Amino acid sequence: MATMTKEVPRPPGMSRRNLGDRGITNLFVAPTLILLILWNVFPLFYSLYLSFTSYSAIAKKVPVWVGFQNYVTLLTSEQIWGYFATTGRYALISVTLEVIVGFALAMLLREKFKGSGVLTTLILVPMMLSPVVVGLFWSLIFNPGYGIFNYLIHWMGVPLITDWLGKTYLALWAVVIVDVWMWSPFVMLLVLSGLTAIPDYLYEAAAIDRASSWFQFRRITLPQVAPLLLIAILFRTMEALKSFDVIMGLTGGGPGEATRTVSIEIYLRAFGGQFRTGSASALAYLILIVIIAVSNIYITAINRIREG
Amino acid sequence: MSDNLSSSPKQFNYATRVDKVTGNWRLTRSIRIILTVVVAIIMLIPVAWMIMTAFKSRADAVAAPPKVFFEPSMEGFIALLTQRRQLTAEQGLQELQNRTDLKWYDRVMLKRGQQIIDKSEYVDYLTNSVIISVTSTIFSVALGVLAGYAFSRFPVKGKDDLMFFILSTRMLPAVVVTIPIFLMYRQVGLYDSRVGMILLYTVFNLSFSVWLMKGFIDEIPREYEEAALVDGYSRIQAFLRVVLPQAVTGIAATTVFCLIFAWNEFGFALMLTTEKARTAPPSIPSVLGTGGIEWAAIAAGSLGFLIPVVIVTFALRDYLLRGVTFGAVRR
Repeated sequence: MATMTKEVPRPPGMSRRNLGDRGITNLFVAPTLILLILWNVFPLFYSLYLSFTSYSAIAKKVPVWVGFQNYVTLLTSEQIWGYFATTGRYALISVTLEVIVGFALAMLLREKFKGSGVLTTLILVPMMLSPVVVGLFWSLIFNPGYGIFNYLIHWMGVPLITDWLGKTYLALWAVVIVDVWMWSPFVMLLVLSGLTAIPDYLYEAAAIDRASSWFQFRRITLPQVAPLLLIAILFRTMEALKSFDVIMGLTGGGPGEATRTVSIEIYLRAFGGQFRTGSASALAYLILIVIIAVSNIYITAINRIREG
Repeated sequence: MSDNLSSSPKQFNYATRVDKVTGNWRLTRSIRIILTVVVAIIMLIPVAWMIMTAFKSRADAVAAPPKVFFEPSMEGFIALLTQRRQLTAEQGLQELQNRTDLKWYDRVMLKRGQQIIDKSEYVDYLTNSVIISVTSTIFSVALGVLAGYAFSRFPVKGKDDLMFFILSTRMLPAVVVTIPIFLMYRQVGLYDSRVGMILLYTVFNLSFSVWLMKGFIDEIPREYEEAALVDGYSRIQAFLRVVLPQAVTGIAATTVFCLIFAWNEFGFALMLTTEKARTAPPSIPSVLGTGGIEWAAIAAGSLGFLIPVVIVTFALRDYLLRGVTFGAVRR
């Protein structure tokens, strides 16, 4: 529990009104910590325990300890590796595209013009929307019969009228498109704040040295924006790896299993059909380990860039 | 390049920046503005389409090719909020149409042969959403202010670790904690209850609220409080009368963020509620009309998520960066 390192001794018998600093600290921090322990730490250990058991939440049986059996079954299942591959591919493609689109948007909005503030804010609206509503609504936009997506790309000269959400090789791309639409503004927001913080004299010095634009971009813009860009990539990667809402709204994991990410699989395992609680907990722990590993790699990279 | 010449050399604004002079591949200002506007329009088409669909009739919403111009109708909203039954001629459709005491929304639905019999379940779900998100937001902001203040002002042992721990709870995939919370809730009778959801959303937003509030309180000079302490205020009095009024903007920003997060939340609500405490986001998909998916109704429901968000985005635009990065990045 939170305690103070330095403490001013107070006379005993103080009224409740005149709590010492230490008392205030404990009083103020304790509720937060208690809630977090009850709703996050305890469940975390509980599901760790469940992941070593054979248990179904709807069966009237107590969990049976099975050791690593759930993990072994999961890790030797080709299907599960498929879900991890889908999740990874989805995260990689969407985060890459978000970085490109977000960076481009930020470069466009970098220099202010009349109305650029309103435009910037409007572009930021998608990332504040409810992901499941976004997913649901885009399923209308992608509809092969009356969705506007096909009409728009047709109008732009791409003669490709197809059922985006019904074809297994396209559905993941549809999800990627929605994710990029929703989250590129997030990357833009962070990059933009990095760009506006770059002091002008760096560019002036470069111009005096007759440095090319490409050189300026590579040696000034990119390194100056890098820490913020990496934070954006870190946040987006973590979110993409646990992506659930958008996909549920858009495809529900289908068609077939084309967009079934690990999170969707955990949900279906734990709450759909057979309620395989033990096995779902084990899978949840596997994706948790992946997320922790990936974010640690990023955080190390961010720190290295900040120091160097 | 022309605007480089036109702008005054004394104002050292962006337009005169030397990097804009070098390199001939750089876009000129006007092209850049046009490009920005075009991109913004493309990005806003889905949003505009959502708004338009909400005001379409059932037939217009699924017209092929999609209709850009249409006769506005409130059918979607009425369909979302009411339960209806299909009437045939024998059941008195004609009779009903001749009645004069009908409300305008009754008339709209009669045109497609339906009689409104009750409000829909969605109304209850919306009520749940409002109660749960508002109450949980009050709790998480209140606790966040207290903890943020303590972390900001007092030397708490292991502060960095504690703060990181608090942050890490938010980074957990929802599904990882939902399974055990589902079992816990079922055990203690909180499954599908408003109290359970309020507590869960409070905790869900708590880490965010603590981080953001610590950042805001860090920015209030300690001198104000110290002066108050010298004047004979107790710590608590100084906190209530000096720090809180100074932190009002921060508290407001944090409140609005928490409100939107709770309002938009889907995963927990899907897995931990069925009927009594179900909120709006997981129930929009289940708003199905008698003849397949009623898109106008779904769009009308989506509007309930779009409009608050647009208002909030504009109201919070100076704090967005801070909010979405948990206060890690301040401008």
